[in-house]
Order: sequence, then C-alpha cells, then structure tokens
Amino acid sequence: MTARVSRETRAVAIALLSTAVLAAAIVVVATRSPGWGAFRAYFLDWAIYRDSFPEILHAFWLNVKLFLVAEVIILPAALFLAVLRSLPGPVFFPIRALAIAYADLFRGVPTILVISILGFGMPALGLSWLPQSEFFWAVVALVLVYTAYVSEVYRSGIDSVHASQDAAARSLGLSHGQSLRLVVLPQAVRRVIPPLLNDFIGLQKDTALVGTLGVVEAFKQAQIDQSATFNGTPYLVAATLFVLITIPLARFVDWLVARDKKRQQAGRAA
Amino acid sequence: MSAGNPGDRLKPATGATVGAALRVEGVHKSFDRLEVLRGIDLVVSEHDVVCLIGASGSGKSTLLRCINLLEPIQAGRIFVGDTEITARNVDLNAIRRRIGIVFQSYNLFPHMTVLENVTLAPRKALKQSRGDANAQATELLRRFGLADKRDEYPDRLSGGQQQRVAIVRALAMQPELLLLDEVTSALDPELVSEVLDVIRELANGGMTMVIATHEMSFARDIASRVYFLDAGVILEEGPPEQLFSAPREARTRQFLQRIIAAGRL
Amino acid sequence: MRKALSTSLALAAVTALVVAVSANGRSTTATAATGIPGCAKDKLGLLDKAGMLTIGADNPAFHPWFGGDEKTKPWKFSDPYSGKGYESAVAYAVAKQLGFSKEQVKWAVTPFNNSFRPGKKSFDFYITQVSYSPQRAKAVDFSKGYYFVNQSIVGRKGKPIASVRSINGLRKYTLGAQVGTTSYDFIVKQIRPASSPKVYDTNDAAVQALKNGRIDGLVVDLPTAFYVAAVQVPDGRVVGQFRARGARERFGLVLPKGSKLTACANRALDRLWANGTIKNLQRIWLAHATGAPVLK
Ligand SMILES: Nc1ncnc2c1ncn2[C@@H]1O[C@H](COP(=O)(O)OP(=O)(O)OP(=O)(O)O)[C@@H](O)[C@H]1O
Ligand SMILES: [Mg+2]
Repeated sequence: MTARVSRETRAVAIALLSTAVLAAAIVVVATRSPGWGAFRAYFLDWAIYRDSFPEILHAFWLNVKLFLVAEVIILPAALFLAVLRSLPGPVFFPIRALAIAYADLFRGVPTILVISILGFGMPALGLSWLPQSEFFWAVVALVLVYTAYVSEVYRSGIDSVHASQDAAARSLGLSHGQSLRLVVLPQAVRRVIPPLLNDFIGLQKDTALVGTLGVVEAFKQAQIDQSATFNGTPYLVAATLFVLITIPLARFVDWLVARDKKRQQAGRAA
Repeated sequence: MSAGNPGDRLKPATGATVGAALRVEGVHKSFDRLEVLRGIDLVVSEHDVVCLIGASGSGKSTLLRCINLLEPIQAGRIFVGDTEITARNVDLNAIRRRIGIVFQSYNLFPHMTVLENVTLAPRKALKQSRGDANAQATELLRRFGLADKRDEYPDRLSGGQQQRVAIVRALAMQPELLLLDEVTSALDPELVSEVLDVIRELANGGMTMVIATHEMSFARDIASRVYFLDAGVILEEGPPEQLFSAPREARTRQFLQRIIAAGRL
Repeated sequence: MRKALSTSLALAAVTALVVAVSANGRSTTATAATGIPGCAKDKLGLLDKAGMLTIGADNPAFHPWFGGDEKTKPWKFSDPYSGKGYESAVAYAVAKQLGFSKEQVKWAVTPFNNSFRPGKKSFDFYITQVSYSPQRAKAVDFSKGYYFVNQSIVGRKGKPIASVRSINGLRKYTLGAQVGTTSYDFIVKQIRPASSPKVYDTNDAAVQALKNGRIDGLVVDLPTAFYVAAVQVPDGRVVGQFRARGARERFGLVLPKGSKLTACANRALDRLWANGTIKNLQRIWLAHATGAPVLK
C-alpha cells in the first residue's frame, strides 16, 4: 500500500516537473526572441484585455446560441442522412446518390462561402416570405455544412458495427428499421462520440465566421476592438472564451467514453 | 400474446400438424461465382434433431443462414411447416420470428444487459409487454442457470455463459425451429459441456433443431438423423448409428477417420 | 454592380477633367517648394534601398479618396498612381514636399489590418482614411491630420429613415458600419440604437446590406457617404451628418512606431495646410461632400 502511494506521488512529481521544464523552455525561447517586446505589446496588453472582455463576452453569447441551435438540428439531421446512405438495395439508389452528392458538395465548399452565399444571397432575393435575419441564415449554413461532416462520422460508426450484429437482430425477426434503431445505431453512436465532439468543437469555432454577415459575435467584436485600439489582445480574449467552453466539453466526453467502457468491460479485465 | 408457461412454449406450437417441420428442396446458393450449395435436399420432422457434419467450408453455415433467410438463394424452395418461406411476397420478419438461430460467435448485443438482449425481440417484434417479456426471460435464464447474470453486460460473461444467453435469446421468441451453428467451437473445452447440456435439455423438451457441429460424439448422441455435407451437396445421410459406424461413401469414411485421428469421436 | 461601375467611371472622367483644368492653374506653384531642413531623403529611414518612397493604401481604393481608372495592377476600382482622388493627391503633395518626384513614389497594397500589426511594415507611410485616436497612437505613429471628418448616415430615398432629422430619431432603425471604421463606435456610443448594429468586413458587404434592406442606414464618413449615395446605391441618400462632440475626428497618415519620417511628414503637412494646398485639394476632390443637414 505505501509502496503504491509513493509510486503514485513520484509519477505526479515527474509529470509536474517535466511540464514545468517544458513551459520554462517555451517562455525562455519566446521572451528572448527579437520581436518579443512587440509581440507582447500587441497581443498581451492586460489593460486592453480587461477593457474588451465584457463586450466580447457579451458578443460570445451569440456564438453560444448559434452553435447550440445548430447542433440540436445537426445531430438528428446528420443521423438521418447517414441512415439514408446506408439504405440497402437498388430501389434506394436515387436517395443514396442524392445523399452522397449533398455530403460531397457541402464538405467541399468552404464554410465561409456557404455562410456568405446564404446570408447575403437569400435576403437579396427580395422574397418577403423568406426569413431575413442573419441568425437564421447563419444557422442554416452551419447546419448544411456540419450535417455533411457529421453524417460521415455517423456513417463510419455504422460501418464499424459488424454485420453480424445486424444479422443477429434480423434473425430474431426485427425489421431493418428496428435493427438499425435498436441494435446498430446505439453501438455506432457510442463509438463516434469522440469524433462527434471534434466536429462539435469545429462548429463552435466556425460560428466565428458568421461575423461576415455583419452580426457582432465574439470574433467580430474582437476585430472591432482591435481596430479601435490597433492592438491584437482582443483576439486573445475571444480565444480564451472559445477555449474555456471547449475544455469542459472535451473532459465531459472523455468521462462519458470512460464510463461506458468501464460499464461494458470491467469484468473482462478481471 | 402472452408468455404463458415458458417450459411448455419450448415445444412447437403446431404440434398437431403431421409432416415436416422443415423441408429444403434443391437449394442452390452462390456468392458471386462461387457456388457454395449445389442442390440441397433435406427434411426435418417435428421434434427431430438433425445434425449437419462436414469439412470446413462445405457449406453448413451457409445452409443454416439460407434457412433463416439471412442469405437469398438462387434456386430451390424451403418450407417451414406448411409455409413456403422462399416464395415471393412472404413477410421475412414474420418468418424469422418462427426460426431461431444461434451463431458460433454468439453475436450478443454488447450495449444491452443480458435481460435486454433476451427481451428485445419479444417486445419489439412480438409486441409483448415489458412485464411479460421480463417474466418469461427471467424464467428461461433461471432454467439455464443464468439467473444471477440477468443485469450483466455480455462482455462480463464467460464464453459459455454468453452462448447460453444467445440460446435463451433465440428461445424467448418461442421458435418452431432452432438452428445452431457450431455453437461450441468458439468455447474453451471446459465450457463446451455446459452448452451441450443445454442443447440436450432442449432436445428432450421436443425442440426441433438443425445443428451444424464438429462435436461428433455429441451428434451421435443427440441426433435423430445426421447429414454429411461435402462441397455443397449432401453426400450421405442416415441415423447416427449407421452413418458413424458404417458410412456408405468413401468421402464420409475419410472425413470420419480424420476426425477420429484428431481425437474427436 | 455593372451599373454602379459605369456610373463610377463616368464620375471619374468628370473629376479627371476638373483636375486637368485646375492643375494648369495654381497647384503647381503651391507645391513647388521642396526640401525640408533636416529631412534629407537619406535621413528618412526609407524602406526602399533605391530611395523610392513607399506609400501604403488599401485595395480596392475607393472614391472620392482615390480616383482614376484601374490601370496599374493590382489596383481595383481606381488607381493611387493616378494622383487623382483626395488621398492620392495629398500623398503626392506630401511626397513632393519631401523631395520625391511622382516617379519616385510607389504604392504598396496594404490591407487596413496590416497597417498596424506588429513587425516590419511594408510602407513608409499609409493613407486610407485612418482616424487618429490616442489608443491607436500607442501602436503606430500618426501624422497630423490631413482631413477633419464628420460621420454621417446614408439611407435610401423613400424609406422612413430618409426623413429623420435627429439622432434620437435614428434609434429605432437597424444601422450598420464597416469594421475598422470609427463609425461603429459612433453608432454604439452616440446613436445607441435599439437593435444591435451590424458590422461588415468590406465596403461592398455594407453597401449590399443597405441595398437589400438588411440595414436601414449605413454610417460612414461624409465624403464616403456621398460616394455611396451617388454611385453605389442607386436610390441612396445622405440623410445627415453628425457634429463631433469634443475634439474633431481627423484622418492622419499612419507610420511605423518611432519612424524617422513622422516629424518630416508633419512638417510637410504643416506647409501644405499653410500654403493652401490642402484646402485646394479638398475643393477639387471633396467639394460635393459637404452639404448634408446636421443631425443633433
Ligand atoms: N458472405 C460470403 N461471401 C462469399 N463467400 C462466402 C460467404 N460466406 C461463406 N462463403 C464461402 O462459402 C463456403 C462455405 O462456407 P460456410 O461458412 O457455409 O462453411 P461451413 O461448412 O460452415 O464451414 P466451417 O465448418 O468452417 O464453419 C466457403 O468457401 C466460404 O468461403
Ligand atoms: Mg460454419
């Protein structure tokens, strides 16, 4: 018991020490570089950081709303698309082809173009029955692009569930839909939670592109503050906010995955 | 539909029908250009236990999968009871509910507990209530010594336990016919007997079964008829005493000698 | 867009004519004086080793700040080399004061953001409607002002906003500005509208938003407002201009922090103000950009 404790303490000590050494090395290299003074003045102005923080935080709320609304639509829409692509038989060929064309198109076009084309283009059509708000079209653009990405993630998950699982379900008399819904998808989704999170983080970051449409989200507010002060520190504020919201999410998913693994496999290791 | 007494339900529901529980007529099956089954004929009477033996690759698994309609066939007909299941317009799902199959690799659903594995199909395909399905599953699990594993996940069970759960899962659908595909060949030797005991009990209960197996002594012991499959055709068939002691065909003899040499008969 | 472009070409042709006439008149004498004591070319720390003066400007360069047809690559829309347009003319006038002939000036495309980012700059001075502020002056050097600017608002004819006569009256409208301008600041701090203002990355995006009704009013500096209303938005209208409170907003040349050129540029500008060149160039290039009602 004591041996184990001391071994753990030693491991922690080594981890701390190596981290400190690395950090110190980075600091030394950075601060000794010829442009360090200019860099620090431009990106690390504490007074500007403090002054611009409240406004950027306020603007960041828009990013949060954007990705929450978009994600809530993307998760089921992408799953639906992935299922369409996995439909068997020649009857569904047109549907599969459409789903593939959609995924290819929206994974190929840069997100900012989709946002610009929809956000500037749709209101420009002058159709009064079309929604006009930037928020609406930004969500539509993000949903279109990320549904394409996420459906690929789901699809790889579906493919990774061995065909024997479907065979077992079908042999019990479950329909194709039931097998998919009750047996294949639950396993597929569990497996793709980490890559799903990746795309979720990507989506969070891409909400910064919505600023092109004129709405003041965190990145745009940082840009405004930067051009008002000729100082890049506001970008650091925006970066801080994006990172702050990403880290807990990443840890949460790590925890989810670990819990799942433990529950299903605890007996095996023993 | 209620669960009734699970013990009774192991017996075929259509006990009054005279004739075959399963009839396979001239079945051909190819994977692309590879012809795996080349005209299979086979009849299984009710309460019969038929064993399929044959070398690896001879087509035993494929035949079972065809009977369960997991593989489409290119020619021939298959009847279960009076129903031609290979006819067009049959309800595949309804047919499969009448035929249970257990695979060599168990294929339990890893994201569900044992109980959920067993009750999934009765609830979703037979629309049993959760209470009925749970009661029936619990009773079956108890009968096969798995009562305490009810709430475990499959990965926490031994191979033998997993395979028994797979059998219980198939039984929970109260099939007329049970197909078993080398259900012991993935197991450690000391776990084989617990699974074979289960199958014996089913046979004693009157379950109609088609069993693909490499366990020759078991086949000899339990089978009412044995079919020897060779390169996609049934080369020889007969009661176990005859087929194992006095095979007519040279290839059957060869096959059995190899098995004896390997110490499995 | 094509229509806007052809109109702008026509406008450019007209103004070019005006310049040609006035150039023959007096501006030659006004800018004749060259050589500022202590500002010999080799003391200016020029970027170009061959002794050219490098002036930065954003591309596209918009009227009425820059004029001429797009001729020299990669300039779009107008051409800083033309000497036409207020800022191009001022830049050449400053250059001349410092002893550079027209041929000794080269223009470097410099996006606004690059005019103040840290590190080596790509220009000796930068001129594209950059407003001075003490905060900005911590990052770069600013010259004295070459233009004192009023913010103003462009709307569309026949829309409710076109008849607004007070700052208060603007509050209920959706307003927009271009990022990097002080106009956004003006909206947020002075107008304080009810709905959150929009901020666009480019002049074009802002103008599009005004055209298709995403915003009711675009806040820009007054000369730009007249250009937007006359050329870019067919039914555009300068609703009014705003009087600055306190110190007037001014455009200055942007120079690298601590540039040796800053003091000399200031002295050149002093001369240009003193000898009437600046007033003259404003009359030539910005005369039409004054008569908008003042909103209070
Ligand atoms: N899905 C498939 N695609 C192509 N070929 C297949 C497929 N399934 C089986 N086969 C082939 O069909 C033949 C018969 O295979 P099958 O699994 O039925 O043999 P088996 O008698 O069950 O053998 P074993 O005793 O090893 O289980 C083999 O040659 C096999 O490679
Ligand atoms: Mg097999």
